[in-house]
Amino acid sequence: MAAGTNIALLEASERAERRRFLALPMPALLLTAVICIVPVGILFWVSFVGPEGFTLENYTRILENPGYLKILRTTFSISITITILAILLGFPLAYYISTLPDRAAAICLGLVLVPFWTSLLVRTYAWLVLLQRQGLINDFFLWLGVIDEPMRLAYNRFGTTIGMLHIVLPFFVLPMFAAIKSLDRDWLRAAANLGASPVRAFWTVLVPLTIPGLVAGALLVFVYSLGFYVTPEILGGGRVTMVAMKVQQNATIYADWGAASSLALILLIITLAIFFGIERVLRRQRGGGN
Amino acid sequence: MNSGSSKQGIWKFGAPAAAVVALLSGGALAADSLTIANYGGSYGEAMSKAIWQPTAAELGIEIKEDSLNSLADIRAQVTANAVQWDVGELTVDECAQGAREGLFEPLDYDVIKPRGYDQAALQPTYILDNTASYVVGWSTKKFGADGPQTWAEFWDVEKFPGTRGMRNSPAQNLEAALIADGVPLDKLYPLDVDRAFKKLEEIKPHIAVWWTSGAQSAQLVKDGEVDMIGIWSNRMQAVIDDGAEAQYTYQGGLLIPDCFFIPKGSTKVDLAMKAIAVAASPEIHANIAQYIPISPVSSEAFNTGKIPPERAKLLPASPENLKVQVWTDGDWWAEHGAEVQERWSNFIQE
Repeated sequence: MAAGTNIALLEASERAERRRFLALPMPALLLTAVICIVPVGILFWVSFVGPEGFTLENYTRILENPGYLKILRTTFSISITITILAILLGFPLAYYISTLPDRAAAICLGLVLVPFWTSLLVRTYAWLVLLQRQGLINDFFLWLGVIDEPMRLAYNRFGTTIGMLHIVLPFFVLPMFAAIKSLDRDWLRAAANLGASPVRAFWTVLVPLTIPGLVAGALLVFVYSLGFYVTPEILGGGRVTMVAMKVQQNATIYADWGAASSLALILLIITLAIFFGIERVLRRQRGGGN
Repeated sequence: MNSGSSKQGIWKFGAPAAAVVALLSGGALAADSLTIANYGGSYGEAMSKAIWQPTAAELGIEIKEDSLNSLADIRAQVTANAVQWDVGELTVDECAQGAREGLFEPLDYDVIKPRGYDQAALQPTYILDNTASYVVGWSTKKFGADGPQTWAEFWDVEKFPGTRGMRNSPAQNLEAALIADGVPLDKLYPLDVDRAFKKLEEIKPHIAVWWTSGAQSAQLVKDGEVDMIGIWSNRMQAVIDDGAEAQYTYQGGLLIPDCFFIPKGSTKVDLAMKAIAVAASPEIHANIAQYIPISPVSSEAFNTGKIPPERAKLLPASPENLKVQVWTDGDWWAEHGAEVQERWSNFIQE
């Protein structure tokens, strides 16, 4: 009897405690609800409402006009290119930093972070100074005599990709570095001890064990790239239209928010689908591994 | 168009009359205030010094200034029945759009008594005020004084090899393309959209930059990024005043005026009407040209003695320059803007 009462009491107190713990994240949850879920809900709502009530006009427009498909394609292909480049550049960098002594590693991470703390606009304009027709790079190569005509580096997709890559790179390097750093070095030593060359140890031990960090970093970079506005606007010279730019355009050329919110919503849905798709694959892999 | 004497008459009695009305309406004079809204920034500052402060002084009221981004701001206030601005200023296509949507109060031209304005400048719910022009500009470093003098020459890539820039918008560029294709200025509207886009396809490979903001266009000229450019005259003049090696011509320029209106539901319509009357009077209206290279649209403003002839030469709406340019048809753009804009964004992508 006494034991039964105790269990009931303990369970009650556990429930109470759980409720109290729930109160802790409440402010954050409420804030998220207010600044994220409510506006997205409103976006969803207005995209289906026209002057005469319910309408699919904002969605049929996107389906009927091939321009929108082109914009979505541009947005995703730029984001994928940037994600791949970020992995190719960021992985070796993160790995190299992780092998450095603490002091040197701190300095290197600082160097990764400094541009991260600089305004996005400033960095974008800095690239313009470097890449434009009479910019530093063209001037230098013209002076060397390597080229006779300035190269078109800015105001196109090339310039946009470089500018965006520079901005997103820290978002890949940091989680990647954390993943590599938290890896138990004994695994690598064990591999060496068993006769694996450093290259083999890298591919068969380090890479598989740091995949979660790589995916986290790559997803961060990819999703962040999808929403770019300022950099393609400035470095694209009008040739590169990404979804965010079209959203802004639609908000001004049509008399209502619906035309803009439908496009924003489509981007959000595709992004979420990709996000959950990747997560699903990862989870299955991890499950299979056990 | 009005005689000089009536001009004097109004302005002798206008201010005291306003003061009397203000007193009769009950409030203390100091309590009378208006809020105006325009694009702000350096333009807003110039408008404040040139137009709104003198207007406030003339009427003996306080004028507060706010800034807006587009017609959407007006629409939001009017539809929410929460109008905070008594006088607004936007570009002509947005004014025409606002008028179509019924977002403005009707203007009373018996109160405003406009002088020197074209009939087209005086719309039922808005009145044109200042104007800039979309013109052909070129680098004098590259071409000296002999840059492209018309849109047709701007399109002539053999006679004028080099990089080009244009505004990333169908507005003004469709007109420019049609003028380049030989359409006379007075036959421009309604625009032949297909013909314009066909002509634009020709120049597209030679456009290095499609600029999106006035500031960006100025930077392109300053940095020598483009050898030729379709650009707003006020930006070009400012950059030349700043020492850039560039020149431009008003030949075939597209005049893009701003306009004043009273948002529907303003609680101070009568006072706002009087403020517009003062702001649009040639004497005050002429002030703007002293601050920025923007042109008053009233021809009488050029007769006030406030605009020296050498300054007038640089202004888009001076009687001399007007002869070789054409006014943007705001109504056409209000009607076709969205559809043409969609076509433009398909055209511009590679």
